[in-house]
Amino acid sequence: MMRFSTLVRQPAAWMLPEGPHADIVISTRIRLARNLASRPFPGWAKKEERLASLAELQPGVEALPDMADGFSADLTKLDPLQKQVLVERHLISREQAAKGPGSAAVINRAQNLSIMINEEDHLRMQAILPGLDLTRAYGMLDAVDTQLESTLPFAYHNEFGYLTACPTNLGTGLRASTMMHLPGLVLSEQINQVIHSANRIGLAVRGIYGEGTEALAHLFQVSNQNTLGEREREIISRLEKVIEQIIQREHDARQKLLQTNPTKLRDHLGRAYGVLRHAHTIETKEALNFLSMLRLGQDLSLLNPGNRLLIDHLLVEIQPAHLQLAAKKKLSAEERDALRAELLRLHLRNLPEPETTPPTTPPPSQE
Amino acid sequence: MLCDVCQTKEANVFFTQIVNGQVQKVNLCEECSKQKGVTDPTGFALAELLLGMGTTQEKPEAKVTGILCPVCGFSQAEFKRVGRLGCPHCYEALRSDVETVLGNLHKGTRHTGKIPARAAASAAGNRLEALRRDLAKAIDEEKFEDAVRLRDEINALAPTIAPPPSTAS
Ligand SMILES: [Zn+2]
Ligand SMILES: [Zn+2]
Repeated sequence: MMRFSTLVRQPAAWMLPEGPHADIVISTRIRLARNLASRPFPGWAKKEERLASLAELQPGVEALPDMADGFSADLTKLDPLQKQVLVERHLISREQAAKGPGSAAVINRAQNLSIMINEEDHLRMQAILPGLDLTRAYGMLDAVDTQLESTLPFAYHNEFGYLTACPTNLGTGLRASTMMHLPGLVLSEQINQVIHSANRIGLAVRGIYGEGTEALAHLFQVSNQNTLGEREREIISRLEKVIEQIIQREHDARQKLLQTNPTKLRDHLGRAYGVLRHAHTIETKEALNFLSMLRLGQDLSLLNPGNRLLIDHLLVEIQPAHLQLAAKKKLSAEERDALRAELLRLHLRNLPEPETTPPTTPPPSQE
Repeated sequence: MLCDVCQTKEANVFFTQIVNGQVQKVNLCEECSKQKGVTDPTGFALAELLLGMGTTQEKPEAKVTGILCPVCGFSQAEFKRVGRLGCPHCYEALRSDVETVLGNLHKGTRHTGKIPARAAASAAGNRLEALRRDLAKAIDEEKFEDAVRLRDEINALAPTIAPPPSTAS
């Protein structure tokens, strides 16, 4: 199996902005929860029982064809920085990163398939793809699940379906979600309304980094809450319909901003550009928000197009663990802020200035 | 919808959890969510907040009363406290407690999705066994029309499933 350094040398598959609707949907994630039929759930299991579950699960997971040349490690063998890098790439959960002996992560080479062992459930398997690609992500994971169930006795109940540690995941064990960039809805103050309506029909909308209008980088996760009583394909198509509506509203909001308040929009973009190109110290929060404005500017063609890949990479690369990984050492918060600014100046040094409109007031006449 | 903490501002952070055996929808405003650390982009605070409310470890083992799971020893009281179960068998042992929360959590209370091949085969196996019994009975009772229908059903079903396991499950 591959080393950690080899794994993280390449960006995760979802960071490549090539999927459908990549301008607004950054990534799609499908997660399935599965448990062994005759072992206690990880949260109730004693340490020896957790180790026994791990021993039963890990070989089968590592032997999956998809995991050939993949990465596999017990969480206790990774240092806090390595774990945080995996969290920042969404390859393991924060909860998993905090787990002790008996927990492991197995990740494929392309980093679009990751399987957590002994998280809240014995198996939390996830497929992450760029853009809006729910059906393909589910197909990938469904195939993996079918391969695993041929050798592993999963806990299944004729009425309740797949049994999970928490009844919130019971039945299909399926959580489908997309990470969406919604600056138009935030700037036009429609985001809370969107969150409310999604919530009313059983979908959750959460900030990836913070909530509501305060969500950093205007990034939101939209996901299903119900897992029982609907088939997998129904859950997915219901979510997909809502996501398509949100995409449409975001497009509309962006166009409206451009028409009704172009000065405000250009001002946001210009300030973001100025700070990111010239700051010598910058916090994660500020950097995320300004990168979000650049992303919006480029999608509205106010900024040189073709930079979305770079911007999406930077959204991950400027995060604390990734910065320290690049620096190959632990850094204080101040050192991180300085390094973050340096990284941004370096990568954005060739980014042309945002397009400016001709002045609306005539230049002062010479007398 | 108002924030559950301050009761004054509009809520825009939502999550669902089980506390004390009840499904709870938690609604927070931006400020309260921030105070609880939900906006911290780097820390573990969000996880702690979300998990911490469901799995508080501070209380020592509550007095074990009522129903226990015979396989793993997990109690009804524990389920009411943490909202999670001990092992797959708990779903039968604590079935009535589980069923009271399911209706609030999900679209339905019965699984309609994927069935593992193993379970599908055993379900089909059971069905096949029942059909063969019915067929024998129909022949005994000289109900030949029924017998023909049953035989056709058996022939349609039999090739789709693996031979039955050596021990009945
Ligand atoms: Zn509040
Ligand atoms: Zn149990």
